[in-house]
Amino acid sequence: MAGQRTLVDKIWDDHVVAEDPGAPSVLAIDLHLVHEVTSPQAFTGLRRRGLKVRHPERTVATADHSVPTTPRNLPILDELAAAQVAQLETNCREFGIPLHGLGSPSQGIVHVIGPQLGLTQPGMTIVCGDSHTSTHGAFGALAFGIGTSEVEMVLATQCLLQRRPKTYEVRIDGRLAPGVSAKDVILALLARIGVAGGTGHVFEYRGAAIEALSMDQRMTICNMSIEGGARAGLVAPDDTTFEFLAGRAHAPKGAAWDSAAARWRSLPTDDGAAFDRSVTIDASALEPMITYGTNPGMGLPISARVPDPGAAEDDSRRRGLEQALTYMDLQPGQPLLGQKVDVVFIGSCTNGRISDLRLAAAALKGRRVAEGVRLLVVPGSDEVKREAEREGLDEIFRAAGADWREAGCSMCIAMNGDQLSPGQYAVSTSNRNFEGRQGKGGRTFLASPLTAAASAVAGVIADPRLLPGIEQLAAVGGR
Amino acid sequence: MPDRYASFASRVIPLPAENVDTDQIVPARYLKITDKDGLADALFRDWRFEADGSVKEPAFVLDQPEMAGRRILLAGDNFGCGSSREHAPWALVAWGINAVITTSCADIFRGNALKNGLLPIVVDPERHRQLFELVGREPDVELTVDLASQVVHLPGDEDLPFDVDPFSKLMLLEGTDELGYLLGKAPAIEAWEAAHAPRVDTRERTGTSA
Repeated sequence: MAGQRTLVDKIWDDHVVAEDPGAPSVLAIDLHLVHEVTSPQAFTGLRRRGLKVRHPERTVATADHSVPTTPRNLPILDELAAAQVAQLETNCREFGIPLHGLGSPSQGIVHVIGPQLGLTQPGMTIVCGDSHTSTHGAFGALAFGIGTSEVEMVLATQCLLQRRPKTYEVRIDGRLAPGVSAKDVILALLARIGVAGGTGHVFEYRGAAIEALSMDQRMTICNMSIEGGARAGLVAPDDTTFEFLAGRAHAPKGAAWDSAAARWRSLPTDDGAAFDRSVTIDASALEPMITYGTNPGMGLPISARVPDPGAAEDDSRRRGLEQALTYMDLQPGQPLLGQKVDVVFIGSCTNGRISDLRLAAAALKGRRVAEGVRLLVVPGSDEVKREAEREGLDEIFRAAGADWREAGCSMCIAMNGDQLSPGQYAVSTSNRNFEGRQGKGGRTFLASPLTAAASAVAGVIADPRLLPGIEQLAAVGGR
Repeated sequence: MPDRYASFASRVIPLPAENVDTDQIVPARYLKITDKDGLADALFRDWRFEADGSVKEPAFVLDQPEMAGRRILLAGDNFGCGSSREHAPWALVAWGINAVITTSCADIFRGNALKNGLLPIVVDPERHRQLFELVGREPDVELTVDLASQVVHLPGDEDLPFDVDPFSKLMLLEGTDELGYLLGKAPAIEAWEAAHAPRVDTRERTGTSA
């Protein structure tokens, strides 16, 4: 056993700065991502103690959570949001932190721009005051969300105090059927293990189905690790990873690339290394998934019926299910297919990358959004927006009757005015269906971009496998 | 810097819901602040108030008059899941809550809570069920949280022991914080950095691609 280590073990061991008996490890952080919502109180703390940012050149900021997705020449109407974005600009200027702010061609959702700029690299430790930092694990980095007190610690010391996490192997064997994508894989995992299934652990996603995925799709899966209770989720770096990274703005070049790549190739889990837990899912048996309840673990194959709380295994589960169905105004036993939809949201750090938009556009091409349905398409970054426009995807969205917006978190977190009205139903490609997450009283069905697009056209929850030419459509995702 | 975490006695606020996420504890629209003010009013906002700001009928448990001043929340499994927002423990503490008894806490929430004078107390499902029964039977029962000896004292002479990370316990009892400890590690951090080249420079692009 000794000597055989997992990917997580290797990254961890590479970053331990100090270990006192009884205390957590002092863990060095390679990259710290900062945004406007969870950082202001941390900078206030630095000022109060008279501290500097130890490594502004290992820190990077953007404004994404509370920013409007209306045209950038318009002011931020929400005074609180405007003040928060202005505070981020002040903090970055004062402490010397590079900011990809509003109006910058590299602005976007923090978990979209990190990979896009080549800042996210294998073997790194990456943190951000945001639980979806797990996204960066797709590159074989140990990346996890932290609170604002920890943001302050990393700003001041470039280190964190952490206990070594347990490891959880998530093996996805087999091959996905056309119309079934990464989003369906992660929703299936969450339905299987529940929203607390990974607490105390870090997922490592492995197996043939994972190896076959593009980086965008791997990011979709790692992104929602936190919805299973795991702070991080990783995929071993491979040629797909290296192809994505090569040539990006902050990726190593020349001889530096060669030595980095050699290091990266030593990262994958050794044969025979032990995980604390393990689960296996057969990809070929998966259908498109959709959630029916108020946490991401309440998901079902799209052709299934809403479960009966009466059949729950205990009282606590039954009450939880009853509360969820009451909030969603759904009946036990009713089919999800055909359920009315008011809004469709395509975007977020889960599914707001270029391949997601390509898939959605392919499904929408030559079609119209159903009468009475609002389709909001929000690119994950300004670069994603430009690329989509180069490819003419914006024209397809507009012709279908969709609203094509500027980059940001938008209706995933509904802080910026993009939100559901009370009682509205949305099919959303985002990551959380919590009560009120997309607007007070709003009701969310989480699904893939293909399912979202199919549902927008149908005006009801629709099976993407019934889209004409689904075999060709499913191949569009690509890199 | 937080106060020292002293032993205290309190009656209990029962919240028998599983998977209470941090979006319920503090809805996202209250995160547009740059300080920590006003969060007690944002706590469980949408479970407590109607859209017009009036208290819901019947009132959510926190707004029942007899709950005022109570410092222990007895909650369901997987408390604090979801978003990493530290606003969640800030809001709970601002309202007056200093301990959450549950069967499990989400990882990020637990870390945030321990840095803010909010003690997550994890008990096994059977003891958890018994506690809910006790509070159901005797709504005004008083428990004593004793972090130093890691027990909750129940009425009669019963003690409920709990685990806590020894380092977090020390921090709470001394009213100190982790940043102070980390700053004290500066020599070790400098030595480590001298031996490890930085992995990336966020200021300098290495090539021409956008």
